[in-house]
Amino acid sequence: MNFKKQFNEGLLTKNPVTVQLLGMCSTLAITTSLFNGIGMGLAVTIITICSNVLISALRKVIPSQVRIAAYITIIAGFVTVVDLLLKAFIPALSESLGVFIPLIVVNCMVLGRAEGFASKNGVLASAVDGLCQGIGYTVALVITCVIRELLGSGTFGGGLLNSGEGIRLIPEGIPAMQMVMPVGGFLVLGFVIAGSQALMTSLEKKNKKKEAAK
Amino acid sequence: MIEIIGILMAALLSQNYILVKFYGICPFMGVSKKIDTALGMGAAVTFVMALASGICWGVNWILVELNLQYMQTVAFILAIASIVQMVEMFLKKAVPALYKALGVFLPLITTNCAVLGVVLVNVQEGYNFPISVFNGAAGGLGFTIAIVLFASIRERVDKANPPECFKGFPIALIAAGLLALGFMGFSGLSIT
Repeated sequence: MNFKKQFNEGLLTKNPVTVQLLGMCSTLAITTSLFNGIGMGLAVTIITICSNVLISALRKVIPSQVRIAAYITIIAGFVTVVDLLLKAFIPALSESLGVFIPLIVVNCMVLGRAEGFASKNGVLASAVDGLCQGIGYTVALVITCVIRELLGSGTFGGGLLNSGEGIRLIPEGIPAMQMVMPVGGFLVLGFVIAGSQALMTSLEKKNKKKEAAK
Repeated sequence: MIEIIGILMAALLSQNYILVKFYGICPFMGVSKKIDTALGMGAAVTFVMALASGICWGVNWILVELNLQYMQTVAFILAIASIVQMVEMFLKKAVPALYKALGVFLPLITTNCAVLGVVLVNVQEGYNFPISVFNGAAGGLGFTIAIVLFASIRERVDKANPPECFKGFPIALIAAGLLALGFMGFSGLSIT
C-alpha cells in the first residue's frame, strides 16, 4: 500500500471538496467560524474512518443488491453515536452545527468512500483512506472558514480563541456580513476551488519541466 | 391559514432550501446543466419530500411512543431509502414514461440532504401531520424554483470564457452565489 500517494490524493489531487465536490451541503453551510470548521471536519473524519473500517470488514458478507442500504445504515449508526457524544461532551459544538450533524448521514463523501474504496480494499488501507480523505475535507473546510470569518466578521478563530470571541483583525463595521451568509459561502468556495485548480496546474507544469530536464 | 401561507413563503423564498439553508447542494450542482433535467429532478424531489414528510411523521410517532427518539436518524434514512426504492418500482410499472424521463436521478434522491433535512425540520418544529406534508411539498417547490433558475443561468455561464482556473465548477459556484444574493433580498419576508 502506498500511504504517501493516498495522503497526497486526499489532500490535493483527489480532495473530496475541491476536486470531487462531495459533501457540499455541510461545506457551504457551516464554514462560518474556525470552531465549526474544525469540529465538523473532525466529526466527518471519525465517521469516515469508522464506517470505512466496518464496511471493508463486511465487504464479502454484504450482498451487492442491497449494499447501498446497508452502507447507509452503518453510516447512520456511527453518525448517531457521534451526535450523542457531541451532545454530551461538547454541547456548544452540537448547538452551533445543529441539524448538520445528523445530515452527515447523507454527506456524499462518506458514502462515496464506502462505495468507491472500502468496498474493494482491505481494512487497514480503508482506515488510512478514511483518515486521508477526512484530513483533506478538514483542510478545505478550515481554509474556507478562515477566509469567510475574516471577511464576514473580521475575526480569526471564532468560538475557539479569546474566550470564544476570536481575535479581531478588522475593526467592527468594516467586514461584510454577507460573507458569513449563503452568498459568501458560494463565492468563497468558488475562489477556493479555483485556487486549488490553479495550484494543481502549476504543480503539473513543474513536474513536466522536471521530466523534460531529465 | 396564515400559518400555511407563512410556511409556503418561507419554503419558496425567504428560507429557500437550497439558496438559504444549503440543503441539497449536490444535486443542485450536479443536475443543473440543462433546464429539462433540472425540472424533472425538481418534480421527483418534491414528490419524495412530501411523501417522506408524511411517512416519517408516522415513524417519529412510533419512535416517541416507544421512547426511542435517539434512533431518529437511522429510522428516517431507512424510511427515505425504502420510499425512494418503492417510488422507483411503482413508477417503473405504472408510469413508464415518467420513469424513463427521471432515469438515473431517482435513486440519487436518497442522498439528497433536502429530503432528510425537511423531515428533521418537521420533527424539530413539532408540525402535525398535514402541516408536515405541506412543508415537505413546499420545500420541494422551493428546491425546484432554485434549481430551474440556476440551470437557466448555467446554460449561459457554460458558454462564457472565464480565466483558466475558474472553468467548470468555480464559475458555477460564483453564479450560484449571485443567485443567493438575489434570494437574500427576500429575507425580510416573513408571515407568522
